[in-house]
Amino acid sequence: MCDSASPNKFAQKLDDYIDSLTYKKENLIGILHYAQEIYGYLPDNVQWHIAQKLDIPSATVYGVVSFYSFFTMVPRGEHVVNICTGTACFVRGAEKLKDELENQLKIKAGETTPDNLFTLETLRCVGACGLAPVMIVDGKVHGRMHEAQAINEVLAKYRPES
Amino acid sequence: MKLKNTEDLNALKAQSLKLIETRRVADTVTSKNTQGLKHVMVCGGPGCHSSGSPGIAERLEEELNQRGLSEQIKVFQPGCFGFCEKGPMIEIHPDNVTYCEVSADDVATIVEEHFIQGKQVEHLLYMDPNTKERFASNIPFYDGQLRIALRNVGHIAPENIFEYIAADGYQALSQVLFNMTPLDVIDVLKDSGLRGRGGAGFPTGVKWEFTRKSQADQRYIICNADEGDPGAFMDRSVLEGDPHSVLEAMIIAGSTIGASEGFIYVRAEYPAAIHRLKIAIAQAREYGLLGKSILGSDFSFDIELKYGAGAFVCGEETALIHSIEGARGEPTVKPPFPAQKGLWGKPTCVNNVETLANIPAIILKGADWFASIGTEKSKGTKVFALAGKVNNVGLVEVPMGTTLRQIIFNIGGGIKQHKTFKAAQTGGPSGGCIPTKYLDSPIDYESLAAIGSMMGSGGLIVLDEDDCMVNIAKYFLEFTMDESCGRCTACRVGTKRLYEILTKITEGKGTLEDLENMEKLCHIIKDTALCGLGQSAPNPILSTLKYFRDEYVAHIVDKTCPAGVCQSLLKYEITDKCVGCTLCVKKCPMSCISGSTKKRHVIDQERCLKCGACMEQCRVIGAIIRH
Repeated sequence: MCDSASPNKFAQKLDDYIDSLTYKKENLIGILHYAQEIYGYLPDNVQWHIAQKLDIPSATVYGVVSFYSFFTMVPRGEHVVNICTGTACFVRGAEKLKDELENQLKIKAGETTPDNLFTLETLRCVGACGLAPVMIVDGKVHGRMHEAQAINEVLAKYRPES
Repeated sequence: MKLKNTEDLNALKAQSLKLIETRRVADTVTSKNTQGLKHVMVCGGPGCHSSGSPGIAERLEEELNQRGLSEQIKVFQPGCFGFCEKGPMIEIHPDNVTYCEVSADDVATIVEEHFIQGKQVEHLLYMDPNTKERFASNIPFYDGQLRIALRNVGHIAPENIFEYIAADGYQALSQVLFNMTPLDVIDVLKDSGLRGRGGAGFPTGVKWEFTRKSQADQRYIICNADEGDPGAFMDRSVLEGDPHSVLEAMIIAGSTIGASEGFIYVRAEYPAAIHRLKIAIAQAREYGLLGKSILGSDFSFDIELKYGAGAFVCGEETALIHSIEGARGEPTVKPPFPAQKGLWGKPTCVNNVETLANIPAIILKGADWFASIGTEKSKGTKVFALAGKVNNVGLVEVPMGTTLRQIIFNIGGGIKQHKTFKAAQTGGPSGGCIPTKYLDSPIDYESLAAIGSMMGSGGLIVLDEDDCMVNIAKYFLEFTMDESCGRCTACRVGTKRLYEILTKITEGKGTLEDLENMEKLCHIIKDTALCGLGQSAPNPILSTLKYFRDEYVAHIVDKTCPAGVCQSLLKYEITDKCVGCTLCVKKCPMSCISGSTKKRHVIDQERCLKCGACMEQCRVIGAIIRH
């Protein structure tokens, strides 16, 4: 899985952060949050580096990374499109929205487009139930996404101008 | 500046009162005529924020500045007002006028008409959809609501500790530190009848007493802010709108049970809540309300934030504790309970956000006041995130004992598009669906459990005639299957088998034997799963089987989906009303509609995907039917 992310590039920053903590092993989740923030994802070599630094088995680190859905071991695209699958959105057509997005982006939820522009994911409830169904692009919520046209217009804003 | 005693706190309160006296906050503060000073509150709740309220606040400030009004008219962004359906909302004080569905483009009109000409902007006032009557205040949505946990949410600026202090903030703490013994506090909580708002409803006073009685050199307080229910945003609204009330309650808990450290375990998906908590903690430290010798007493306490990482099971207290310890969030067998052996093996008290938010109010107003609200066994109020097919989606807080009918039809304004109510889903993936016949049963822990649902954390999703109950059960099982941590077989394998059977049924391949097996399996999982997640996972199936068995049978025997949701069971047909306009032919993704212009078309049932695109496109009523 080792790829373009160079562990050395940010290693110093990560090490400094770990060194600043009073409790280290207990803060594994916090450290992983920090690492994912700087690397964008948590590839093997970063996990291994953290394990070494904390002097714990890398299996422990992997166990935690794979347990929590917030952590990802594959790089995401430039823009992350999330579909809310909370109950309120579900009963107001989140499934249709998902189908439409999969159709427009030509990928399945959990995948990234070949040009690395969009990653499509699902999440549970962002609390904007009044606007259901909603999609979230890079943290910005777009509500009442019933029409293919409206969805297309939102995606277009994130596509580079050609 | 550290507050060294109660006098310092009271002096700061007296000084801060002017910040909020233009509005009406808390019972002790009444709106005064403040010489033309006005406050514009722009709702910053999750819904309004998503639909652009920060931009509105910004435009308001710019516009007021340009008109030279920024001295007299101040703009604030407090927490959620609750009426999400009509967001973004703004409230103007002391005029007591609320505007709904405001956009940034309305800002100039509001400033011109409301502030300069001194008249209300009619078209932005709430309009009752039935009577067409406009309301500047006292909107019917708020009738029957009582805000205790949400008392400050939407009224004070959450990033300003002075506003919280002005609204009686930290008074309960001072009371507890100087005028009450820990046993007094526990008695007040026990007498008040406050029960855990996370869902299970364990009496809070008893929990604190247990933790206090456990022998140890260290104890911990944890605030459970891992609100994972899909469709629930109550805790988030409290954290974003009134973070200090949670901190104050945690400090009170610390001094009562003898803990010097507390943790708030908050979802990483709530960045705004995290941001506000960080600010609140820093402010509390600065004013000596957290840290060493709080308010000059000999009690020291501090709070640390811990982030979740997207695991629903971490709402279960033992799993949550493991997650704080930096491990996989897997639950462990109880006993020992966290109150005996919790975080790092020490006695730990885990309380939900909403439970904590009630505590300062109970200390200040007394156990009798709180116990006078609600039903015999469930006291106080409950916050619900009302959503789904209801007209007024929003955050509501009602006294326990309020009926579902009152919430859905009075506060919620009935069902969207005049459709028929089918069921109310409470308790999220652990709860059940409540049918029409129980609309008048009072909401409290016992009655909800008696009808096969549960209080849960407060998600309340309204379903109408277009919702297929089998599909709803399948949705929740997909959720629990996905979120099952995998530690115990009953939940790991059981939820998957249940999901598979439900999928079979929705595809029209189920048998009546499947139904029996599924029911049996549900009971086995309930009896044998390790934690609350697994034990309650079958609830959505059991409750829908109990009240909507006919829908399951229709899927299995008649091979139809009465609500017209389950695609595999649908059939689209073109009737003789077809005028042969060819619109459907052009829209069909499978090109499986044939027929020439001006002649009746035919759908090739073999190849039809049942997407419904043809029916959506058709302009002749009754030309394409679904059955």
